[in-house]
Amino acid sequence: MSARDSHTKGSGMTWVGRAIRRLEDPALLTGKGRFTADLPATHWMRIVRSPLAAGKINEIVVPDGATVITAADLKGVKKITPMLHKFNYKPVGQPVLADGVVRFVGEPVAAVVAASEEDAEDIAEQVELMIDPATPLVDALAALAPGTPQLHAETPGNVIVEGQLKSPGFDKAWKGAAKTVQIKARSHRQNATPMEARAGHAAYDASTGRVTLTCTTQMPHLMRTAIADVLGMPENDLRVIAPDVGGGFGQKMSLCGEYVLLVWLARKLKSSVAWTEDRRENLIAGFHSRDQYLTLEGAFDKNAKLIALKADVVSNVGAYSCFPTTCGVEPLMAMAEMPGPYDFQHYECRARGVVTNTCTMAPYRGVSRPVITFTLERLMDKAAAAFAIDPIDIRRRNLIGNFPYTSAMGLVYDEASYKETLEMAVEAIDVPAFRARQKKARTQGRYLGIGFATFSERTGYGSAAFAARGAEIVPGWETVILSVDPSGFVEARIGSSPHGQGLRTTLAQIIADEIGVTPELIKVIHGDTDTAPYGWGTFASRSLVISGGATLIAARKVRAKLIAIASHLLETAPGDIILADSAAKVAGTDRSIPIAKLAREAYTQTHRFKGEIEPGLTETGTYDPPGTFSNACHIAIVEVDEETGRTTVEKYLVAEDAGRIINPMIAEGQVQGGIAQGIGNALLEEIIYDDDGGILTANLADYMPPTAHEIPPIEMHHIETPSANSITKAKGLGEGGTIGAPAAILNAINDALAPFDVQIDEIPATPQRVRAALRAKERAA
Amino acid sequence: MSVKDNITLSINGRDHAIAVEPRRTLVDAIREDCGQTGTHIGCEHGICGACTVIVDGDPVRSCLMFAVQAAGKKIRTVEGLADGDTLHPMQQAFMDHHGLQCGFCTPGFLMLAVGVLEREPDISDDDLLDVLSSNLCRCTGYQNIIKAVRAAAKEMKR
Repeated sequence: MSARDSHTKGSGMTWVGRAIRRLEDPALLTGKGRFTADLPATHWMRIVRSPLAAGKINEIVVPDGATVITAADLKGVKKITPMLHKFNYKPVGQPVLADGVVRFVGEPVAAVVAASEEDAEDIAEQVELMIDPATPLVDALAALAPGTPQLHAETPGNVIVEGQLKSPGFDKAWKGAAKTVQIKARSHRQNATPMEARAGHAAYDASTGRVTLTCTTQMPHLMRTAIADVLGMPENDLRVIAPDVGGGFGQKMSLCGEYVLLVWLARKLKSSVAWTEDRRENLIAGFHSRDQYLTLEGAFDKNAKLIALKADVVSNVGAYSCFPTTCGVEPLMAMAEMPGPYDFQHYECRARGVVTNTCTMAPYRGVSRPVITFTLERLMDKAAAAFAIDPIDIRRRNLIGNFPYTSAMGLVYDEASYKETLEMAVEAIDVPAFRARQKKARTQGRYLGIGFATFSERTGYGSAAFAARGAEIVPGWETVILSVDPSGFVEARIGSSPHGQGLRTTLAQIIADEIGVTPELIKVIHGDTDTAPYGWGTFASRSLVISGGATLIAARKVRAKLIAIASHLLETAPGDIILADSAAKVAGTDRSIPIAKLAREAYTQTHRFKGEIEPGLTETGTYDPPGTFSNACHIAIVEVDEETGRTTVEKYLVAEDAGRIINPMIAEGQVQGGIAQGIGNALLEEIIYDDDGGILTANLADYMPPTAHEIPPIEMHHIETPSANSITKAKGLGEGGTIGAPAAILNAINDALAPFDVQIDEIPATPQRVRAALRAKERAA
Repeated sequence: MSVKDNITLSINGRDHAIAVEPRRTLVDAIREDCGQTGTHIGCEHGICGACTVIVDGDPVRSCLMFAVQAAGKKIRTVEGLADGDTLHPMQQAFMDHHGLQCGFCTPGFLMLAVGVLEREPDISDDDLLDVLSSNLCRCTGYQNIIKAVRAAAKEMKR
């Protein structure tokens, strides 16, 4: 075991940078985790969902004696209406239960309440929905066609949001191109599929009149604000708890009407009400993502240097807009981040969000960037082919190398290592050896391919970045309240809401270094609006940067105070005091005081400080950073079976740079897990609608997340470029794996199939799609 | 609702006398009637394996078995793996190799791996990969789970 891995700390070593074991693990490994569905309840809710994608509700026939709530019962309950103040956004409200019309298969229409989950399910099966079917809009391009009926009165042409931009001088630059290269790409619809589907439990407390909603959310504080708004109830009558949450990946960011219903029911029944969705509900109604058509055209000079990029994005956002991000999140993210890691200054983009009779879209790990990165990286490979140069070479010619760099979008990229990670990955994979192997394999009828993806991952961005998007809800900052209690134990109360990222451990490492205690003494408290400060939760690769930064600020204040108290008690200048090994020590002497003793004095002996030091040992840190960019190069080696169209990922290699790494074990875990999702997105996972708007992939045999068989060992290499835009020097890396993988895999598939001259520009590249492309070629020949 | 049957479930060596409908799944009985919530429900159609427990020595998906079918059989769940405060080698290996993130699928993977290795301590790497492919994890990307199970396999043979 290397020093980096050891669990004990020698003198002079820091906790930050070491692969210490996670503080979260013992409970989760022994069955003592506490998930929402573990709570007992007096009542159970079952949602009756629309079996039709479009139609008018004529009648809801309820079995005798059953408690069934419909829209008619929810007088005074507002619609969920997220808002964006830019990009021609049309606000559309979603009723908590369908009110008169249904707009997608799975839309909640009625809520059954019964004494057990089974009873609620039995009754729900007897509720009859009398719906006059209407013709649904399923595909985004079809919904855009002139003369198509409108899904909402508020959205003419079915466009709910539209971003357009064109940089000055674009047309002139375009005309100067030596070659233009185009790609039309398609990303099919996906579901984030956390292993724990959504669940909620609302309990009324008779003594205070308050309701506690325990639910599987990534954003407990905002859920509290939003639900209080929708119900018109005092926010201080609601407590929201995110207990252990079984994965989120963005799906658990958005407000779902089911949580609103639970709180409403708990207040009405003055009791506890629980809801646990089943996997089918999650797959059809638990928010979708990534359903996009992209057309990208690049103008290159004679040296294969990209001069200008033109993009058209059509994003199928589903039937409603998700709260809080709004459905602008996918098309507008695509528009903003399309330029990626490449150096060019002319950009034109049109990005539209289109409403259809499908499940509402919401953020999913990477938000659009897996799609735009796959499209842009395919474009670079096509351009390399057009110039008859190597895919590595075209990236060398185009990657950003000077920092800070201002993109065609006006985004400022901080110090990164786009070129260095490419070179590191290329060297590690040994391209010449692969090409020799590829050539030999082809003579045996086996088709191997190598694919490259270089990309930037914007992470840890603060309120200014969100405000620039015109969001009504502007997240960005985080607060941490750090206390040393009178016994010398440490508590950090944080507004972030981790659910698998190991933040309790990494924040404890940051605190431990500042105040000289071991991480085991530190408890990180999160996910409860009664005990944690207001914050935005965990999403967008932000928590380690922003909550970590707030933690560092608070810890520095606590450190200063501990030193001030020690200075007083030891009658020594503050500059001579160091905090280490749970004690304040006078440098160069054997004099010291345990931190537990300092803490006790801070609370119980305040008279000794003569008003010079405030009582107690609690400090608050808030951090709102400008944002930073992580980066990576991914390389995939695949084999494509010509006969079956099946792709096997043989090897996967990453060279990544996420700034300073707080815990390498956790960082690598995030990258590996992200890549596995990206491989799933690239090859397997697809929500398929039929023409009537019914879902054909409503179980995990039809919607296929990858298993251990599909994920190869992943070789990882690291560069640490510390970011000046992050006070911990850490950049985020929660999404990078997912962002890079579809691009690397699709480029590898196309490289493998080069002898057949086919182009696969569609994800997932299922065996059916690959075979269809090969068959089309065979027929043409 | 139909009539309930009185059955006894033996979980981790302790008997639970419960009354369940014939249609009640084993996982629901373990979680709700016996209060052992360490076993999780991921899909209820036998794909994800989050609910894997060991019944009479075999790893089974407890969402695909009725509680009444498990009456009189020896059931082991994640709560029974550790020996007091000492983690089972499989639990320790998952911790050492970062084989878990959110922890929701973890009890199922632990019971699957322990069940298979107790039955087949010398299982080949290929066969082990086949076995581990029967459960889904959305966080880890599996490689650390595979490493953890291989490490635990060595430890369990000692």
